[in-house]
Amino acid sequence: MSRCNKMVDLGRRHFLRGGAIAAAGAATATVLPAEQARAASGSALLDYPANRLGNVADLAVNEPVDITYPDEDSPGILLKIGHAVEGGVGPDGDIVAYSVLCPHKGWLMSYRADDKSLNCPGHFSRFDCEAGGQQIWGHATQNVPQFTLSVDDKGDIYAEGASDLIFGRPSNVL
Amino acid sequence: MAYKRQIDRLPIPPKDAKVHNVTCHYCIVGCGYKAYTWPRNKQGTLTENAFGINLGEQQAADGTWIAPSMYNIVRQDGKDVHLAVVPDKDCVVNSGLGSVRGARMAEARPSYVTGTQQQRLSDPMMWRNGVWQPTSWDDALDLVARVTARVVTQGSEDDLVVSMFDHGGSAGGYENTWATGKLYFESMKVKNCRIHNRPAYNSEVHSTRDMGVDELNYAYKDYEITDTIFMIGANSLETQTNLFLNHMVPGMRNGACFVSVDPRRTVTINAAEEVAGKENVLHLAINEGTDMVLFNALFTHIVDNGWVDKDFIANSTFQGGEATPLDDGHPAGLGSLDYALDACRTSLADAAEICGVSEADIAKAAEWIAKPKDDGSRRTCVTAYEKGIIWGNDNYRTIGALVNIGLATGNIGREGGGVCRLGGHQEGYYRPSDAHVGRPAEYVDQLLIRGGGKIHHVWACDHHKTTLNASEFKRVHKRRADMVKEAMDYAAGGTREQLVDAIVGAVNGGGLFVVDVDIIHSQIGHNAHVILPACEANEMNLTSMNGERRLRLSEKYMDPYGNSRPDCLIAAGVAQNMERVLREMGNEAYADQFKGYDWQTEEDAFMDGYNKGNPEVTYERLRAMGNNGVQEPVSGYADGKLIGTERLYTDGQFTRHGREDKKALFCAAKWRGWQAAGKAREKETHKYWINNVRANIFWQNQFLDQDIDFIQDRFPYPFIEMNEEDMAEEGIAAGDLIEISNGNGATQGMAYPTDTAKRGHVAMVFGSPAGSQGNVVSPGVNELVLPDYKHTWGNIRKIANATPRVKAVSFKSKEYRSA
Ligand code: SF4
Ligand code: FES
Repeated sequence: MSRCNKMVDLGRRHFLRGGAIAAAGAATATVLPAEQARAASGSALLDYPANRLGNVADLAVNEPVDITYPDEDSPGILLKIGHAVEGGVGPDGDIVAYSVLCPHKGWLMSYRADDKSLNCPGHFSRFDCEAGGQQIWGHATQNVPQFTLSVDDKGDIYAEGASDLIFGRPSNVL
Repeated sequence: MAYKRQIDRLPIPPKDAKVHNVTCHYCIVGCGYKAYTWPRNKQGTLTENAFGINLGEQQAADGTWIAPSMYNIVRQDGKDVHLAVVPDKDCVVNSGLGSVRGARMAEARPSYVTGTQQQRLSDPMMWRNGVWQPTSWDDALDLVARVTARVVTQGSEDDLVVSMFDHGGSAGGYENTWATGKLYFESMKVKNCRIHNRPAYNSEVHSTRDMGVDELNYAYKDYEITDTIFMIGANSLETQTNLFLNHMVPGMRNGACFVSVDPRRTVTINAAEEVAGKENVLHLAINEGTDMVLFNALFTHIVDNGWVDKDFIANSTFQGGEATPLDDGHPAGLGSLDYALDACRTSLADAAEICGVSEADIAKAAEWIAKPKDDGSRRTCVTAYEKGIIWGNDNYRTIGALVNIGLATGNIGREGGGVCRLGGHQEGYYRPSDAHVGRPAEYVDQLLIRGGGKIHHVWACDHHKTTLNASEFKRVHKRRADMVKEAMDYAAGGTREQLVDAIVGAVNGGGLFVVDVDIIHSQIGHNAHVILPACEANEMNLTSMNGERRLRLSEKYMDPYGNSRPDCLIAAGVAQNMERVLREMGNEAYADQFKGYDWQTEEDAFMDGYNKGNPEVTYERLRAMGNNGVQEPVSGYADGKLIGTERLYTDGQFTRHGREDKKALFCAAKWRGWQAAGKAREKETHKYWINNVRANIFWQNQFLDQDIDFIQDRFPYPFIEMNEEDMAEEGIAAGDLIEISNGNGATQGMAYPTDTAKRGHVAMVFGSPAGSQGNVVSPGVNELVLPDYKHTWGNIRKIANATPRVKAVSFKSKEYRSA
């Protein structure tokens, strides 16, 4: 157990290293009313919250912003890749968001700007942020969950779904 | 676009879910898992569940989680049930870690509900009216027995060629190796047989055994307490994943340094540098095939510096010069240290020249392996090797040269020591004597290519993907099998007798009657006339041991798919039908040899075989030992527990060669360049060395992975790692389809630009259904018919632009680096 706790601490420390934008993003992203969880039980699909992650104008190319989605216990990044990618949104079709909990054993991954990949210190898995979160090499049995994004008229970016199950939960919306 | 599972929640196993012990049936490591099964209409809750934890909270790193690949709906006792197969935290092998292979066990189950693995064979099939038609077991086994009985009684048992797995895990295990062994080595004495991954029935590591040293002699925990990990021709992070992560990484964190011998930089070396620091990792990127020279130089340097274990050498190794002379069955002489050193003596300078690494690095490796510490205490070293030298140049002498180092330094049978192969599959070998096969054994592929053999029984082997000289093998095998198919087509509508006559006529005219026992319709199965569906571990109970000889019972938690059966019961069915048919033929004495197969279950086969040799070991006792099992050999049973053996040879008595003096022998491993016929010429006349490598994402030849989208999305074609300047020179872009060809044949794959690849070196993943590397491997073998898969040279050309599927694939470096 002590090992696990240590990892969480390590994870949180990494996580808190995010910049000012991250803090702003996180502050607006933590609305997860209980009503939604109840509503989900009647529908075939999970009801995801639509959370504002940031604004297009605040993003610089290849400078990831820490976010949480669908709730504050699930860290991720919001990233402007610099060229259009599948699943990318915004005027350039290049804004994506991913979970940063490694889908192997849930260690917190960090972003490598030189090759736009997420890298896991746990057991060395790597995921490609330009290829839909595809595992480049690693132990995970899925690609990293990509958050479904939309952008409104004001340039606000919202997350409203996820492509894969997030590590450490039986349901993406708890 | 990466494959998206589009799964965002999973059922929760309830508190009263059934729990089964599972040993991962893929690689040698044998990680422990727990399989939870529960009724279709039941579920646990966030707070009341089988794990006894609050699943409503985000779990911490390393916490319990059911990934979608760990979940399925399978049939158990005729009912559809939920299944979750989750890594076991309490198993000492993996401590809760899964891998990209093992953590997909549930997903790789056949399911009528979720549609997974619908490629699995459900019923026996017979070539009838120009196609494979499903039929009954009785019908299929009757034809197998009639044709087999007729051919072996008209000719001899040498007309029956058998390819059979000899491993644990998957569809192997003690149950199934025993049953097939009993059929072919006891009821019959088949000598024209081969193993799943090599063209003869032989050991992969003759020399270490002849030297007295069993190849699996340590405990995994030795990695955690050793001073040095010396790894040769292996890429453990990919191929023994949780051995690396759960035992080698802790060892390096405890201060072990890491020496790797591999012409290629691997992710294992990269990870070792991350963990131990670059200064504690030494990569000897030798020229391909020169390992023996390096080992001989290390051996010489260690002896000359006196870094040997004198007491160990005096007490545990042979003293009188030559013990076993070089002869047809022994590609090197064996004897005392001095005797061996005479043949092995190699200077650092000569080794540096031949191996292409610096003298200083070789000297440094010798120090890390053997130099006593500053306080004078001895240094411990675990030596671990695998396919790089097993499938390498001059197998016998090279492995012998490596074991010499372990013996000279007394690093066998000691804590923190061991000289072991790392292994591929788990082990599960228990068979009657194979002495009649002979040594050297028959080169079965060549026998078939020459037109030898009339019947081919194939048990879970797909030579089309995994053998050497595969282009020629496939051509001939198909031509000979087609002769029989045609004869069967002409006999359509006739009686069984007429069909058997037609088949026997065709095989007497050069045809080959092929019976394929497998879980899927394999590539070689396309040449089969009868296909018999087998099941896998956990569709039956199955016992195996891992790379530290840890024996476990992996429990049955689901029904065999369709009408498939455990291999042991299929072998029993073949035997029973042989007995019946032979009696009908009036051959009572021969029929009697097929008695003794009245097994109802796999446990009966286990009791008939393994238990007879190891009477302490029963299913019930193994079940009680759980996922930690017991390390073989089992020496007793006390206080409700089986008593095992943590490591071999702790008493300094070496027994694997069967010598009465129990002294280990050194190997006179004299270097002779390229040993196998044709290799030197092939190297000279082709531009690229075609290394044959593995990848963690695939299990074996992808027999299940070929039907899993997550896997095929990542690598739609076999990857061929290539230096970028070489690619530019050949006009090849990332993902382009390229062809490798030489005089042996051709194969194809997709170019994967790799910044660490040396010029002139390419590394192609082995065993792919979409491009067999074996197509271009020459038939060259050593004196004991061990293939040299690793040494192939060819030319490369582009055949097509990257396809749309390939365009979505990532071509980034596989190497982790902290940001
Ligand atoms: S490391 Fe080997 S045994 Fe362990 S889960 Fe992976 S494939 Fe299975
Ligand atoms: S937790 Fe990321 S690689 Fe294991």
